Formats: sequence, structure tokens, C-alpha cells
Amino acid sequence: MALPNHTPLNYRIWHYMYLTFCGLVFFFLIAPLFVILPLSFNAEQYIHFSAKMLALDPEGFSLRWYEDMIYGTKNPWGLATKNSLIIAFFATIGSTILGTVAALGLSSRHMPYKAAFMALLISPMIVPLIISGTAIFFFMAKVGLAATHTGIVLSHIILGTPFVVITVTATLSGFDHSVTRAAASLGSNPVNTFMKITLPLIMPGVISGALFAFVTSFDEVVVVLFLAGLENTTIPIQMWVGLREQLSPTIMAVATCLIVMSTLILVSAELLRRRSERLRGINR
Amino acid sequence: MSKEQILSSDGIPLEQSLKKAERKNKLKAVLLVAPLFLFILIIYVFPIGDMLFRSVDDRMITKMLPKTFIAIENWDGQDLPDEPVYKGLYEDLKFLKENKTYGKIIARLNYEKSGFSSLIKKTVRKISKFDEGNYKEQFIEVHKRWGQSEYLIALKNAAPNWSYAKYLKGVDMKFDQDRNIVLVEEDRRIYKILWMRTLNVAFWVTIFCFILAYPISHLLATLPMKYSNLLMICVLLPFWTSLLVRTSSWMVLLQQQGPINDLIVWLGLAADDSRPELMYNVIGTFVAMTQILLPFMVLPLYSVMKTISPSLMRAGKSLGGTPLVSFLKIYFPLTIPGIGAGCLLVFILAIGYYITPALVGGASGSLISNTIAYHMKSSLDWAFASALGTMLLVGVLAIYWVYNKLVGIDNIKLG
Repeated sequence: MALPNHTPLNYRIWHYMYLTFCGLVFFFLIAPLFVILPLSFNAEQYIHFSAKMLALDPEGFSLRWYEDMIYGTKNPWGLATKNSLIIAFFATIGSTILGTVAALGLSSRHMPYKAAFMALLISPMIVPLIISGTAIFFFMAKVGLAATHTGIVLSHIILGTPFVVITVTATLSGFDHSVTRAAASLGSNPVNTFMKITLPLIMPGVISGALFAFVTSFDEVVVVLFLAGLENTTIPIQMWVGLREQLSPTIMAVATCLIVMSTLILVSAELLRRRSERLRGINR
Repeated sequence: MSKEQILSSDGIPLEQSLKKAERKNKLKAVLLVAPLFLFILIIYVFPIGDMLFRSVDDRMITKMLPKTFIAIENWDGQDLPDEPVYKGLYEDLKFLKENKTYGKIIARLNYEKSGFSSLIKKTVRKISKFDEGNYKEQFIEVHKRWGQSEYLIALKNAAPNWSYAKYLKGVDMKFDQDRNIVLVEEDRRIYKILWMRTLNVAFWVTIFCFILAYPISHLLATLPMKYSNLLMICVLLPFWTSLLVRTSSWMVLLQQQGPINDLIVWLGLAADDSRPELMYNVIGTFVAMTQILLPFMVLPLYSVMKTISPSLMRAGKSLGGTPLVSFLKIYFPLTIPGIGAGCLLVFILAIGYYITPALVGGASGSLISNTIAYHMKSSLDWAFASALGTMLLVGVLAIYWVYNKLVGIDNIKLG
């Protein structure tokens, strides 16, 4: 942001101080993530920058921790990744279907007590996870689903639906209902109308909700800590266990993989958001 | 008013027909919401209700000593009770010994009055040698405490099925022998400190987030799209990154041999052999939580600032306001909805934070959630964990209610 030439000096100083402050805050936000990347390529066993790394000596870097992550004999990452993916997959499907259907109902102007229902359906996002975890643990233990994938998937569906409900209702808020009426007047039944007209139009919202649900499930650790047995360990659980013992370079390698994954998800979410805005723009 | 009704094409009065259509639409909407509603009701609301129930449920001891409590109900609590109470106690304890389940009542009774542990253990050891009849004397012979009425009063006090003793414990209070509510001893008042620390951390994290988020949200909202989209990534990437990854990066940064400490030593602020402890205390909790929750403040602020037209500030300036005055009188008041939304959201999230304080907080930086987890997983005092959870839940729901009133829950912005 260039300032006009006639700006007085004291405003200039203010302006540059403001920009510097903003720069520092952005640095504060993003820099911690980038500390992990080089450390995961450390050739040594310690979690700090060795002299060789700082001198950019190739000998200071290696892929041994990635090897350890994948081939290490005692490493649980294989099982954890498998479990995480299975749980997140089913939780995403469940949250997306339940959340989208509920959002359709909530966006209808005929829905009674809309605010109250909305507040209830969003509450799992607001209630501290430790409370959700405690309550769900008691329940799952009672019905015999503790330490099962099913129990974890069910609880992750609960935690994921608020995101789907929010993103899909947001998409539906700009939805032009005359297109569905047009479809109906042309003889389409409601199911057909939904599949051919409504769903394609709200798809960006549904997918970005699904991405949120996936990330929520994939990252979730508190509820799983209560529910999981040894067989149900997930990536966050293994990271939690590892971090409580000591910082190991292998964890840095796993963290790097997760950062790469979240970057990919961020990019797709951003693209979807823009597509959604474009689609809704056409509607208007 | 005309008596003639307007009829729809199939001969039904229009009003009725419209009402029918309205009902049908309403039903359709409700049916769409129903599956998720029932799902949340069964797997979420019901379990939370069950948790509330657990926090006041005190039936274990009455279930284990049923005959004693039937007999003790008639006792006035003045002189020693009569034979039937001791007979009931004999039968109950004998049954418990045969099933080897008396361990549970020891902890519960000892909580009511210390000294019960040895009393019950000794009695159970000798109970098989008891003769028929005259149980009162035999009990007192085994342990003289059976002849002291304060122990029997304590036993009677344990009788009610419902108890809010766990809630009292959560605010550093307890029942004394005469069922009066008193504060616990000075050196045992740990929960008040814990609650205050939790509120304190949540409050300051909210303030820090606000101070850091306001300028950058303003910058993001005023920069041209192509720059702001790029900078937005700095906000959104942490938002999408696993919480454990972000916490572990703070553990790397804040550790004793970590980069921040290196910098402090290099700047000469501390000697190499006396590096400050940045982690495993409340500093670590503050710094890490502020960075982790910052996106939740930026997003609502940004979405409000985006709607404020830049011409308003120009108008303020053209009317003779200095930038500061125009900012305070025009811009700032317009951003208040965003400030409210962001602050409430960050506060709600901070007050129940668990993972980050557990990893970087150490003992002095742990919050109420960590204590709940401790009682769930280590001390196994589930009723107390439930009581603390309920207290936290009530607080969070109160803020959530305010949030809903002020911001509207459907205005939450994600990404």
C-alpha cells in the first residue's frame, strides 16, 4: 500500500509501524509451522538445528526419520494411518449426509423453532471436547462400543456435522428457490429435482463441509483418547503419546506430512469457495 | 365481512387448503432435520444428561449396605443406635466379604470421615468369627469406633441417594460432620486456584488474540484482493493444520535448547547456563494458545471489516476528522459485532482447552480440562470429573447463549 506523496511524516511513521506490526503477526502465525520442516530432515537425533544444518551442509540432512516412520519396526504409524483414514472416511460420509439433509430442512422457511434447532445441532462444536469425550465415553461403555471403530466413527460424526450444517446452510442462503419450482413445474419429482438441480448447485458447500468433517475427524484426539483401545490407535493419538514422552525427529517427519496434507486441503477448500461464489453469482 | 368463501380448484376452502400445504411443508422440513436431531439426541444429549446424573448419583453405598440403611433410618442420631442397625451392618458386611467387594465402600466412607478405612478393614477381617445375636457388643469389641456415635452419624450421612458433595468439592467446600457446608482447609483449596487460572488464561488469550488480530484483519480487508488472498493463507494454513502439529512446533520452539532460547542467549538477555523456562509453565500455555486460536479471531473480524466501505473513512477525513478520530468514531464502532463474535468464540474455545495446556503447560499451566481428564483417567473419580465437567459446561453454555443472542449462531464464519 503506497502512500500518497503529500502524506505528512507522522502519518507515514504510523503507517509503517502498522505494517511492521502486521508483518510480525503474520510471521507469528506461520513461522512455527515452518520450524518443523527442516528439523524433520535432520541427520542427527536431536530436535535442534545442528551446526551442519545451519551451514547448509548436505551431510546435515537426511531422510532417515522418514524411513523410520515408514519402515521402523516398532513404529505404530502404519496401523495408526490406516485407522485414521478408515475412521475419517466413514465419519465424513456420515456427517456429510446427516448434515446436508438437516441443513436442507433448516434452510426451509417453513421450519419451526429454527434458531433453537440450529443452536442444538451446532453445540458439539462449542462444548469443550473434554466434556463431549467424557459423556460419549460413558455412553459408549454402556452400549459396548468403547474401544471399537464404530464407537469412534459415531462420535466423530457428531463432532463433524456442525461444520457441514454451517457450510451448507451458508450455501443455501443464496439459493434461488425458483429453479426448483421450475423443475417441479416441468414435471420433475422432488428426489429428481434434488439430485439434478439442488445438489449440483450446493455441491461446493457440501464438499467444503465434508473437508471440515474429514479434518475434524482426522485431527481429533480428545474423544479418541477416551474411546480408543490399542487396536484403534490413530495418528493424533500416536503423536500425543510421542509428544508426552519426548520430541523425536520421527514425530517431526509425521508432522511435516500432516502439514503437506493440510496445505493440499486448504488449496482445495479455497478453490471450492471461489467456485461456490461464482455459482451463486450466476444465480443472482 | 362476506360469508362467501374462496374455494380452491378442488372445492376446498382456500384458507384450509393453504393451511394444509403449509403443514405439509413444515412436516417436510422437520422430517429433514429429524435424523440428525435424533442422532444428536441419542449419542450426544442423552450422554451429557447421563453425565449430569452421574455427578449427583450417590447410590453405590446404599446399594452395598441395604439392610444397614433401612435400620439406620429410624435412628435419631443422638445415643448409639440399637441392635437392628448392627445386625443389618453384620449381614451386609458379611455378604460383601463373601463377594470380596467391600473395597469400594471403604473409599466412599473414608471420604465421609477419615478413620473408616481401618475400621471397615478390621471388622471385615473378623466378621466370620461373630456369634449369632448381640451384634452391638461384638462390633464395639472388634473396634471401639463402632461405639462412637460420630462414626455412625457419618454412616447415616452417606445414606441419601443424591448428593451434591462433588460440586462442593469443585469449589473447595465440603460437608462437616453436622452436614454444614464449610470451606476446606486453607492448604487444600486447589480448585479455586484452578478455576481462576482457567478464566485468567482464557481472558488474556482472548485479549492477546484481539490485539494481534485487529490490525491484520484490517490489513486483509483493505488490501487489494491479489495480496490479501496470499496473506489469508497465513491465517488459514494454521487453521487447517492439525492441532498436535501446531502444539509440537511450539514445543520445538520453546524448549530449553530451542530457537527462541538460542535467540535470547544470543541477544545477551540470559546466560547460556541459565536459559529461562519457556515451556511447562503458564507462559507456554499463553503463547501457544494465542497462536492456535488467533485464526478464530481473525475470521469474524475480517468478515465484518470486509463489509465496511472505505468511503466512510474518507468522508470522516473530508469532514475534518483526524485519522485517529475518524477511526474511533466511525470505523471502530462498525467493527464491534465482529469483535464480539471473535472474542466470545475465542473465549469459549480457550476455556475448555485441553491438548495444548497438557503438552506445554506443565503443572502450573494446566487448566480445568486437564483436571477433568486426570480424574477420568488416573484417579478414576468419575463422579467428580462429571461434576467439574458439568460446572464447565454450564459456564460455556451461558457464553454460548450470549453469543447466540448477540451474533446469531448461523453467522459463524468458517474459512
